[in-house]
Amino acid sequence: MGDVGSKCRVCRQPAIIDLARHNANFCAEHFLELCRRQVVKAIEQFDLLERDDKILVAVSGGKDSLAVWDLLIELGYQADGLYVGLGIGEYSDISGEYAQRFADQRGLKLITISLRGEYGYDIPTASKATRRVPCSACGLSKRHLFDKAALDGGYTALVTGHNLDDEAAVLLGNTIRWEIDYLARQLPKLDARDGFPKKVKPLVRLTEREMAAWCVVRGIDYLVDECPMAAGNRHLGHKETLNAIEAQSPGTKAAFYLNFLERMAPLLADHHRTDQEALGTCSTCGSPTSGEVCAFCRLVATASAHEPVPVELVTRGR
Amino acid sequence: MKVLLRNPTREIEIDGRRRVHALLTELGLNRESHLVIRNGTLVPGDGELHADDVIEIRPVISGGA
Repeated sequence: MGDVGSKCRVCRQPAIIDLARHNANFCAEHFLELCRRQVVKAIEQFDLLERDDKILVAVSGGKDSLAVWDLLIELGYQADGLYVGLGIGEYSDISGEYAQRFADQRGLKLITISLRGEYGYDIPTASKATRRVPCSACGLSKRHLFDKAALDGGYTALVTGHNLDDEAAVLLGNTIRWEIDYLARQLPKLDARDGFPKKVKPLVRLTEREMAAWCVVRGIDYLVDECPMAAGNRHLGHKETLNAIEAQSPGTKAAFYLNFLERMAPLLADHHRTDQEALGTCSTCGSPTSGEVCAFCRLVATASAHEPVPVELVTRGR
Repeated sequence: MKVLLRNPTREIEIDGRRRVHALLTELGLNRESHLVIRNGTLVPGDGELHADDVIEIRPVISGGA
């Protein structure tokens, strides 16, 4: 039995990856080409970016954020990175090193913010202090700091590495509960408005497996290990569920999410507009909020008053 | 062959040679959520893994929302 193996659909050279949803195999060169094409298609289809956008990429040190940064630079965009140190023990230390190394090797600018250093708390402590799951405090902190850094730095677009699997999993969760407000907002682009930068997701046409493969082929070192605080969360469960269906019926994730954008999102557009009305400003930081003090400032007040909690105490028993 | 697995990181020994898809099935791993890497290079689903190979099976799913 020799290494006959599969051939690239484009050039018939030996393949390095099989993509069941395209019913095809690709060599390294043509796999990268496919990824670039999908990003360009997403940018054009959803009107995500202008050529002269000043882009800030939210970078975690994981595969998706490094891949999207790499792809945008390759495609000729101007993009800086932003890393938020979440204080999740060794995991955060290592993820920050991956992000910094990627930036240094390419001569790119990486802005770094430390939750503990600048706001007096970290995610394990925030989780304990608020008695909520860590991913809740983490998402809230990141959203606020990404928005703030983009606006303060004069960036015209905030890019995140959310991929097709991320979006399909969130869509599944929102659909199961018929969360109409969330469904109406689940778009690859949210336009800039008072207090918020334009936010875009150029990887929505690419799967998580394709993004990991992009990093392997491009020689990008990223943090493979899972966040210790995310283990077992509902989002991961939804991804596993979708991948079980995908294995039986390749193309399901793309159909589920991309057809939602095409057929369902337009029906929710009025709801989205209504939802955007009537935000005031936070009396502490000036950010948009529906209350007097925004959720981030309330989190900072609660979490920074709590004595630091090591990550092990919060992950144990989850 | 030596097989490196993650979450948690561990190494197992598999006797004989295998196709990538057969190995993933044998280990109960979904091919949609894993990559197989040999010497820094991806191996496609019908690629053959040899008895003396050292390979990594890398999960690609991450949990941040």
